[in-house]
Amino acid sequence: MASQAKLGFDTTLPLHGERGADILVCGKHFSTDPSGALYWADQRTLIVADLHLEKGSAAARKGSLLPPYDSRSTLVRLASAVDRFDPDRVIALGDSFHDQAAADRLPQLDRDRLEILRQGREWYWISGNHDPVLPDWLGGIVCPALSVEGVKFRHEPTAGEKSFEIAGHLHPVAKLTRRGTNVRRKCFVSNGDRLIVPAFGSYTGGLNVLHKAFTTLFEDGDFHVWMLGREEVYPLSKRQLLRD
Amino acid sequence: MQAVDSETTAEGNGDLPEAFAAWFAARGWHPRMHQLDLLAHVRARRSTLLIAPTGGGKTLAGFLPSLIELASAQQPRHKGIHTLYISPLKALAVDVARNLRAPVEEMALDVSLETRTGDTPQSRRQRQRYAPPDILMTTPEQVALLLSHKDAGVMFSGLRNIILDELHALVTSKRGDLLSLGLSRLQHLSPDAIAIGLSATVARPSELRAVLRPQNINEGRTELADVVRAEGGVPARIRILDSKGRFPWSGHSARYALGDVYEAVKAHRTSLIFVNTRAQAEMLFQALWHLNEDNLPIALHHGSLDVSQRRKIEAAMVQGKLRAVVCTSTLDLGIDWGDVDLVINVGAPKGASRLAQRIGRANHRLDEPSNALLVPANRFEVLECRAALDAASEGAQDTPVARIGGLDVLAQHILGMACSAPFIPNALFDEVKSAAPYADLSRETFDQVISFVATGGYALKTYERYARLRRTREGLYRVSHPRVAQQYRLNVGTIVEAPMLKVRLGRRRKNGAGPARGGRILGEIEEVFIEQLVPGDTFVFGGEVLRFEALREMEVIASRSGEIDAKIPSYLGGKFPLSTYLAARVRAMLADRSFWPRLPGQVAEWLEVQSRKSVIPQPDEMLVETFPRARKHYLVCYPFEGRLAHQTLGMLLTRRLERAGARPLGFVASEYALAVWGLEDMGAMIRSNKLPLGELFDEDMLGDDLDAWLAESALMKRTFRVCAVIAGLIERRHPGKEKSGRQVTVSSDLIYDVLREHEPDHVLLKAAWVDAATGLLDIARLGTFLNRIRDRIRHSVLDQVSPLAVPVMLEIGREPVHGEAREELMREAADQLIEEAMRHGQSGKIGV
Repeated sequence: MASQAKLGFDTTLPLHGERGADILVCGKHFSTDPSGALYWADQRTLIVADLHLEKGSAAARKGSLLPPYDSRSTLVRLASAVDRFDPDRVIALGDSFHDQAAADRLPQLDRDRLEILRQGREWYWISGNHDPVLPDWLGGIVCPALSVEGVKFRHEPTAGEKSFEIAGHLHPVAKLTRRGTNVRRKCFVSNGDRLIVPAFGSYTGGLNVLHKAFTTLFEDGDFHVWMLGREEVYPLSKRQLLRD
Repeated sequence: MQAVDSETTAEGNGDLPEAFAAWFAARGWHPRMHQLDLLAHVRARRSTLLIAPTGGGKTLAGFLPSLIELASAQQPRHKGIHTLYISPLKALAVDVARNLRAPVEEMALDVSLETRTGDTPQSRRQRQRYAPPDILMTTPEQVALLLSHKDAGVMFSGLRNIILDELHALVTSKRGDLLSLGLSRLQHLSPDAIAIGLSATVARPSELRAVLRPQNINEGRTELADVVRAEGGVPARIRILDSKGRFPWSGHSARYALGDVYEAVKAHRTSLIFVNTRAQAEMLFQALWHLNEDNLPIALHHGSLDVSQRRKIEAAMVQGKLRAVVCTSTLDLGIDWGDVDLVINVGAPKGASRLAQRIGRANHRLDEPSNALLVPANRFEVLECRAALDAASEGAQDTPVARIGGLDVLAQHILGMACSAPFIPNALFDEVKSAAPYADLSRETFDQVISFVATGGYALKTYERYARLRRTREGLYRVSHPRVAQQYRLNVGTIVEAPMLKVRLGRRRKNGAGPARGGRILGEIEEVFIEQLVPGDTFVFGGEVLRFEALREMEVIASRSGEIDAKIPSYLGGKFPLSTYLAARVRAMLADRSFWPRLPGQVAEWLEVQSRKSVIPQPDEMLVETFPRARKHYLVCYPFEGRLAHQTLGMLLTRRLERAGARPLGFVASEYALAVWGLEDMGAMIRSNKLPLGELFDEDMLGDDLDAWLAESALMKRTFRVCAVIAGLIERRHPGKEKSGRQVTVSSDLIYDVLREHEPDHVLLKAAWVDAATGLLDIARLGTFLNRIRDRIRHSVLDQVSPLAVPVMLEIGREPVHGEAREELMREAADQLIEEAMRHGQSGKIGV
C-alpha cells in the first residue's frame, strides 16, 4: 500500500490489489474480499453479514418453491473464504438465519458443514432482527454485540453514535452506469468511522446505497463504496453512483 | 364487417335462412364463396381453418354459422356459452364485438354477446360465470382463467363453436401453447365442440390445421382440420422509394427519405407509416413534424403510450380525421382502421408475411389493390426490401417454425387444471398430448413437470411439506391449499413484460429546487432505458424531447426540454430478426449480377465496387474478409442470419479467437454481418493455417463454449426469468406491489445462479435453454447456419475495408457493451476515481 491517496475524510483510498482492497476503520486495516467477507488480518478475524440461511425454505413455506440449495451455496462460499484466510475468529454480524425456525430446517449435511467450519475457531453469532434466538446445538457464542480493539460489531448500524462500528443489516448494493450498461453489485460502504458489510447469503438482494437509510446514517452524507467484482473489489466514490 | 359485392361471390343465397339472405340483400351484398363454404363445413361439424387475406370478410364468415344456429334454435335454448371467440388482442375482441352487434341488431336476433378481458369489471366477470352470454369474446389468458374454476365443466358443457382469430399470429408464441392446452381442455369438456381457425395467408397451413384438432396420441399421423381458402384479392401495388437523397451506409433512421415520406403523405388521403421499434416511431414522428409546414394531422401510436392517448388516436383515425399515423407492430393485427389508402413501411420489412399483413392495412377491400411504399433505411435494407417485394408479388410467405410446447406453460396449465378439479395423471397426460405443440411430449418430462408444480421438482426432496399439489390415496393430484389457486390466478398468462415505468410530466420549478409533481402521465417506458439516465439527460418520448428529472417510486418525472435533439439516443436496432426466407432471397440476389440493374443505381454501384475490390459470395457461401485499420485488425463475416444469431456468434467467436492467440478486443453485430477486431493479424493467421476457418466456424462451438458463456449471459438470465414467472416459480410484479420490492423477493438472477450450480438438469433450466435456442440467443438458427457453411467459407484478404463491410463498421461504438464487459466497466470507474484522487491528493480534499 505504498501509493495511497488521502481522501477528504480520514480514510485512505486503497489501490485495488491482487485480491480485494483495504478499508481503514478507526485507523485499522480491513481487507475486503470479492465474496463479500471482510478480513481483519491483525486480529486474524473474518467478518460476514446477513447469511440468511434457509431463506429458500422460508419462501417455500409461503408457496414459492425456490431451489432449496441456498444454504448449501452460502456455506460453500463461506467455507472457501475460511479456507483462504484461515482465521482464528469468525464474526457473523446477525441475520445469519432467515427466521426463528430456520436453524431447525437446516439440512443435516449443512449442519455438518457449519460444524467443520467452526472447529478450532472462536465463533460469534451476533443476533439480528431475523434471528434473535438461536438453538444451542449451533455452538459458538451468541451475543447482541461485540467490541474488539475499540471497534463495535453489531447487526444494525446505529445512527448518530460517534464510535467506530462495523455492521450489516442494510444489504448495501451500488449501481454504476457507463457506456449505456448498468452494473449493480453488492458493496461495502464506509466513511472511515463506520463500515457496512454486504449481505453474504446467496438469496439476499440489496438496497441501493443512495437510499436515505444510508445517507442519513453517514454524517454529512458522505461515503465511499467498494463494489464486489468477480475476482476483485473496486473502490468508488459516492458521486459515481446512481439510484435504482 | 366487410362483405363487399364482387365477381367472385356465390350464385344465390340458397344456403342462408331467409332473415340472413334478406340482411345481405338489403346491403346489396352477396355472401362470399368462402363464407358459405365455411358454413357448410361447420354444419357438417368439421373443425376448419379459413385462410383469407385481410379484408376478406373473415370475421363475419367465422361467426355466420353460430349466428344462424343460434337464431334457428328451439326455445328455451341451452344455458351456457354457445360460441367462444378467442383473439390475440383484447382491443381486437372489443372491436369485433362492436362490429358483430350490427348484424345481430339489424336482424333482431335473440343472441347475447359479451366481451371478457382483463379490463372487464370484476362484477361482470363473476356474473358471466353463472349467467354466460351465447357468444363470449375473449383472450387466451381469460380462457385459462375460466378453465381453472370448479364450474368450468358446467359453463362449457353446451359449447358448440370455438373461433380462433388471427391464428397465424397466436401459434408462434407461448400464448399459442397456452391456447392449445386450453383448447384440449375445452374439447375434453365438450366433445361436440369444433374449432374454427381464421388466418391470414401462411406458407404451411398444416401447422395451423393441426392446432384445431385433438391429436390422436396412439397413431403416428397428425390430425388436420379441414381448410377453406378465400379467393385471393387484387395484388398489391408495392414500390420501393427511389429517393433523390443518398442511400445511407448504415443506421435505421431513414432521415434521408423524410422529404419523400412527407410528400407521399401529402399525396394520399390517409397513410399508415409502419416502423419496427418504438424509438424509430418517436424519431420519425418528430422529424415529420419538423417538415410539416402544412400542419397535416399526423399522429403517433405505439404500445408504450398511455391507453387513453392511444384510444383518442384510434378514434380520430376511424373518423377519418388523421392524414397519417406513425406506428409500430401494435397496429399489425386486424383492427379496422377505416379508410387507409397508403401503407408506408420504413426500414426493412424483416419478413414476407409481416409485410403482407401491413400492406393489408391499406384499402380494406379485396377489389382494389393496396398501395404500399417501402422505405429502406440503408443499403442492405434496399436488398431486403427488394426481396420482400418480390416475395409479395409471388404471394410467397415465410415459414413460421412449428413450436414445441414450452414446459413453463405446461406447468402453468397443470396447476390451473388442479385448481379446477383433482386430476388423474394418466388422463391429463393424454389430454395434454392431444394439443398439437405437446404431441411429442414424453411421459418422463410430463412427470417432471408435475413434480415441479407439486414440490419444485428438486433432487433434494425437502419441500414435501410445502407441496402445492398433494396426491390423494386414489392417486389423484389436488391443490393443497386454497391459497395456491389464488396465486395461480394472479400469475396466469405467458406475457412477461419487461418492467415498465410510468412517465409523468412535471414542470421544472423556477428556483431550480427540483421538479414539481402532479403533471399528466405520458405513457410507459422500459425500466432498462431509464436506468442508464442521470437527471438532466434528455430523451425522446411521445413525440417530444423530455428532460429526465427524477425517479419517484415507480414513476419517471420528466419536463419538456425545448431542445431539438435528445442527448441520449434510444437503441435503434430492429426488434424482429430478418426472416430466414428473406435472408436466402437476399443472398441469392447479391450473387446474381443479372439482377443488379433492377436495384437503385447507388446500390448497384456499391455491389460493383465490392466485386472489384473484394468478392461477392455465392448464395451458399459465407464471405470472410480480413483487413487492417487504425492499428487494429478486423475480421468481417456475412452470415445474413439476423442480429440475435450474430451476437451469439460474436460471443463465441471472440472466445475462440482469444484461445487461438488473436487477442480480440471487441465485436459488433448487424442484421447482415459481424465484425470482430483484435490486435493480431487474423488474415495472416488464417493464411498460414494458424487459424483454420473451418475450425473457427465449427459447429462444436455450440457445445462447451456456449455452455461456459451461458453461465454468465445476461440474456440467458432474462430468458430464465420469463420461464420462472410463467411456470409460477416467482411471482409477477403487480401494479402497486412494487414497493415491497427488491429486498423481500429473491431475484431470478440469484435463483438462476444457485440452480445452475446445484441442479443443472432441472426442468426449468431445460425450458429456459429451449427458449434461448429460439429466442434472444437464436442458437437454433446459428446451428443451421454453421452447418450450411461448412467447407463453404470464402476468405478474402484485403489491405483496407471493403464496400460491403462499411455498414457494419459504422455500427461500431453505437452498440451497448455486452454483459461480459461489466467487470471492465467497474475497473474503469475505479481507475478514474484513483486518478482523480492522485491528482487532487496533493492539494488536499476531494469534493464529493
